[in-house]
Amino acid sequence: MATTAPAAEQKTHADAHHGHAGHHEHPAFLAHHFDTPEQQFDSGKLGIWVFLVTEVLFFSGLFVAYAIFRSLRPEVFEYASQFLNTKLGAINTGVLLFSSLTMAWAVRAAQMEQHKLLVGLLAATLGCAAIFLGVKTIEYSHKWDLGLLPAAWYSYDPNAPHPEGLSPYLFWLCLVPGLILIGLCLWYGLAILRKKTFQAQVSAPLITVAACFFVGVGLGMLLESEAESHAGDHASHGAAHAAADHDGGHAVAAEEGGHEPLVHPVLGPLPGVASSGETEVLQRLASDQLNSGLRSELSALASQAELSSSPVDNAPPVGGLPTISRPEINPNRTDYAGVFFGIYYFMTGLHALHIIGGIIALTWLLVRAVRKDFLRQYFGPVDYVGLYWHLVDLIWIYLFPLLYLIGGPAGS
Amino acid sequence: MATVTSTPDLLHDTLPDGSAPVKDSYLSNSRGFISWAFTLDHKRIGVMYLVGVMSAFFLGGVLALGIRWHLWAPEGALLMQTDAVGEATSNNDLYNQFFTLHGAIMVFLFIIPSIPAALGNFLVPVMLGAKDVAFPRLNLCSFYLWVGGAVFFLLALLTNGLDTGWTFYTPYSTTTDTSVIAATFGAFVLGFSSIFTGLNFIVTVNTMRPPGMTWFRMPLFLWATYSTSIIQVLATPVLGITLLLLIAERVIHIGIFDPAYNGDPVTFQHFFWFYSHPAVYIMILPALGIISELISVHSHKGIFGYRFIALSSVAIALLSFLVWAHHMFTSGMSEVATVIFSALTFTVSVPTAIKMFNWLATLYKGSISLNTPMCYALAFMFLFAIGGLTGLFLGTLSTDLHLHDTYFVVAHFHYVMMGGTLVAFLGGLFHWWPKMTGKMFNDLWGRISALVVFVGFNLTFFPQFIMGSRGMPRRYATYDPEFQYLHQWSTIGAFLLGVGLLIAAVVLFASLWRGRRAPMNPWGGATLEWHCSSPPPYYNFARPPIVGDPYNFDTVKYDPRIDGYYLTEPDHFADEDDHH
Repeated sequence: MATTAPAAEQKTHADAHHGHAGHHEHPAFLAHHFDTPEQQFDSGKLGIWVFLVTEVLFFSGLFVAYAIFRSLRPEVFEYASQFLNTKLGAINTGVLLFSSLTMAWAVRAAQMEQHKLLVGLLAATLGCAAIFLGVKTIEYSHKWDLGLLPAAWYSYDPNAPHPEGLSPYLFWLCLVPGLILIGLCLWYGLAILRKKTFQAQVSAPLITVAACFFVGVGLGMLLESEAESHAGDHASHGAAHAAADHDGGHAVAAEEGGHEPLVHPVLGPLPGVASSGETEVLQRLASDQLNSGLRSELSALASQAELSSSPVDNAPPVGGLPTISRPEINPNRTDYAGVFFGIYYFMTGLHALHIIGGIIALTWLLVRAVRKDFLRQYFGPVDYVGLYWHLVDLIWIYLFPLLYLIGGPAGS
Repeated sequence: MATVTSTPDLLHDTLPDGSAPVKDSYLSNSRGFISWAFTLDHKRIGVMYLVGVMSAFFLGGVLALGIRWHLWAPEGALLMQTDAVGEATSNNDLYNQFFTLHGAIMVFLFIIPSIPAALGNFLVPVMLGAKDVAFPRLNLCSFYLWVGGAVFFLLALLTNGLDTGWTFYTPYSTTTDTSVIAATFGAFVLGFSSIFTGLNFIVTVNTMRPPGMTWFRMPLFLWATYSTSIIQVLATPVLGITLLLLIAERVIHIGIFDPAYNGDPVTFQHFFWFYSHPAVYIMILPALGIISELISVHSHKGIFGYRFIALSSVAIALLSFLVWAHHMFTSGMSEVATVIFSALTFTVSVPTAIKMFNWLATLYKGSISLNTPMCYALAFMFLFAIGGLTGLFLGTLSTDLHLHDTYFVVAHFHYVMMGGTLVAFLGGLFHWWPKMTGKMFNDLWGRISALVVFVGFNLTFFPQFIMGSRGMPRRYATYDPEFQYLHQWSTIGAFLLGVGLLIAAVVLFASLWRGRRAPMNPWGGATLEWHCSSPPPYYNFARPPIVGDPYNFDTVKYDPRIDGYYLTEPDHFADEDDHH
């Protein structure tokens, strides 16, 4: 009984359909519970917009976390951000912007029933997504090699020699895309041999897409090694990295901060404070008249120090007053730079997961586009996935400046 | 399909519809496990949700009884262990796991999905006059996400347990070796189930309304569900990301919440309550919607202040996002922040009071039938009033410093969550049970169950107000002997409450076998779900329903032959019907 049930239900659907809406024109693409294609399209459109709202709120928690920790430790963010390769980030930004163009164009092609163009544009969008992931793979594996990891595992040592040769992480990260590429090639070959045109038409563009991933990897390696050779003049790798894109002066000083004795909690205005990375950044930020919060914090610290250095306070109190201290920090310490990299990996990683989700959705569209499913009255799915893709692009537009482009120019 | 009709003019000569056997209802149009497991019918999905959430409620309830039993004696009575000397002492770790899982299961697996997902799934399209929700596949996906989340909770329960409290506060949750990851991942998955349900309802209400169903002709339950959906869609993603960050904190130590890596635990509290305070309104708003329906139908009187009740639901939904930090008055926020959040907290009482007074005005001079659903609705009004008013003590800064983390808080939110949501859920379940199953339950025993639940509930939780105001802290496995008699009253009440719920369950189950066939409209409601047969056909309406005023009871007439009501439609509706 149970095995025949779905068929029975199907039949009932059909019956019910004829029973009450038989005089309606009900095209194949129109789901049974909608009355008109317009109603179906509007529902889908509203649905995807509401979904995008949830996505924005999903990421909003991360942006808030970013804001909290950057405002707590601006100098750490500036220091750690120098390890991100701006060129690679910029390339990825361009790639994603271009993919948004091809996506928007694909929606147009679907509306105009230009089936071949639609397949091409979807493949182009997919290719951009693959290049993005390829570049990201290089960025990740390179940082893992250096030990630039989240807080508990952060093991970056500025004086350690730079690891030579190909990263072992790179191999593992490329394994799955490599297998997919091989699988797609096999599929294509089989489809040609067995004369399955549809399968060949689907697998051929997908092979190009998978190959694009390795284009991205190659591009990343090229630019990453360029940064390396530029840095080759410097003695230590840490300085090299700091200098790769920005002025490295204060970062070097900050790294050495760990070897100095602890200095007085008050920053800047007091004499006898070591010139450390933190104070430099804070002073530069405080020199901006608009930065009233930091200015008042610094002046409060100064007056606090003044009070605590007066003779009355220096006398040992009866109950033992708690001492106020703000230890000099070394931004390279695990618990400071590590938090930046925790946030970096979480934000970019979640974004990369969304790219992968987009790739799956776009592949599904590609298959349907080859099948010529999309018509003048029915292009909803292309439109919905397009909206999602633009959002993923938009999130990157925010991530790039917030993570890669902080600090730099003002100091140099 | 054609056997089921909701033709209004059929009623005058022959026996009204609903007394004839329904051959092709949504329950009987296909059979077998597969036809349920892969159904896209919102009514079947609603029924599956109902079974699921009631199982979760049973599990959470058993844990609750375990807690109360343990608190019978100051040194503990149930969850014991033998110490080195060989004496029985309270097993505090086990107690921690009991109250944590009780809270987590009740909140995430029961209360949040209970009304929107179980009753809402069944009712929203029918009340709206639609054939189904906008995205039936997504709806089924929501249900299986719920099942998946429940499986993770069970995993946590069966492996190492969970002892963080349902709030998963850091830094404890990042250091304890119990199954935090399984439970938080379960809650993450349940969050997506909730988001997709909310998304589905928002789109359904916006695009699936039939002609004539304007916004202000929607039943108030739909307004409440719509407002709930807004909260689900806007707040739940923040919980999702918070729980992901917590998992990442435990697995890869990103250092955001963990003070060992310079993170900030209070940030977790802000993130958590940014979802979980609005979630309180996810729990209570649909209950308020149910009560609006029940009060009006069983008073046989149009709802008083329809627009005020409708818009106050939306107002509650929006205000719910502005008050989260009142859970954190003692967490070390700045004074300015606490004062602002305290003031905002009081504003929530305005739309809530609007609802309360409108219900009272509806009851006034109504022709009240004390059916089982109405008994639950009246119990709700009493309990929810106490729960709401004691919230004012907790929203006030000076008193909250004294009452924070005491049994006063426990009693307060049980009066709102259980006395409010659960009682309304039961009222709604009894109200729509004939529609869902096509069977009438024994009304006398139903009323008895309402009475026992009401008495048992007050006996359980009222003493906790007294204990809390005298300083009994929550979440302790042992306590000072001076509180013993209050704890014992509370434990007796809890078991009485269990008996009441058991009676309710037996009444409902017995109706499936022994209940008489339900008429189309047993209570005399005017909303659209009473226009279709009991249980409804697969497509809800054999022909497009005629939409009128949902609270106009002039057209609803009693027919003693079927012991139910039928709808007499004004003539111009019949004319309009001809055009279809």
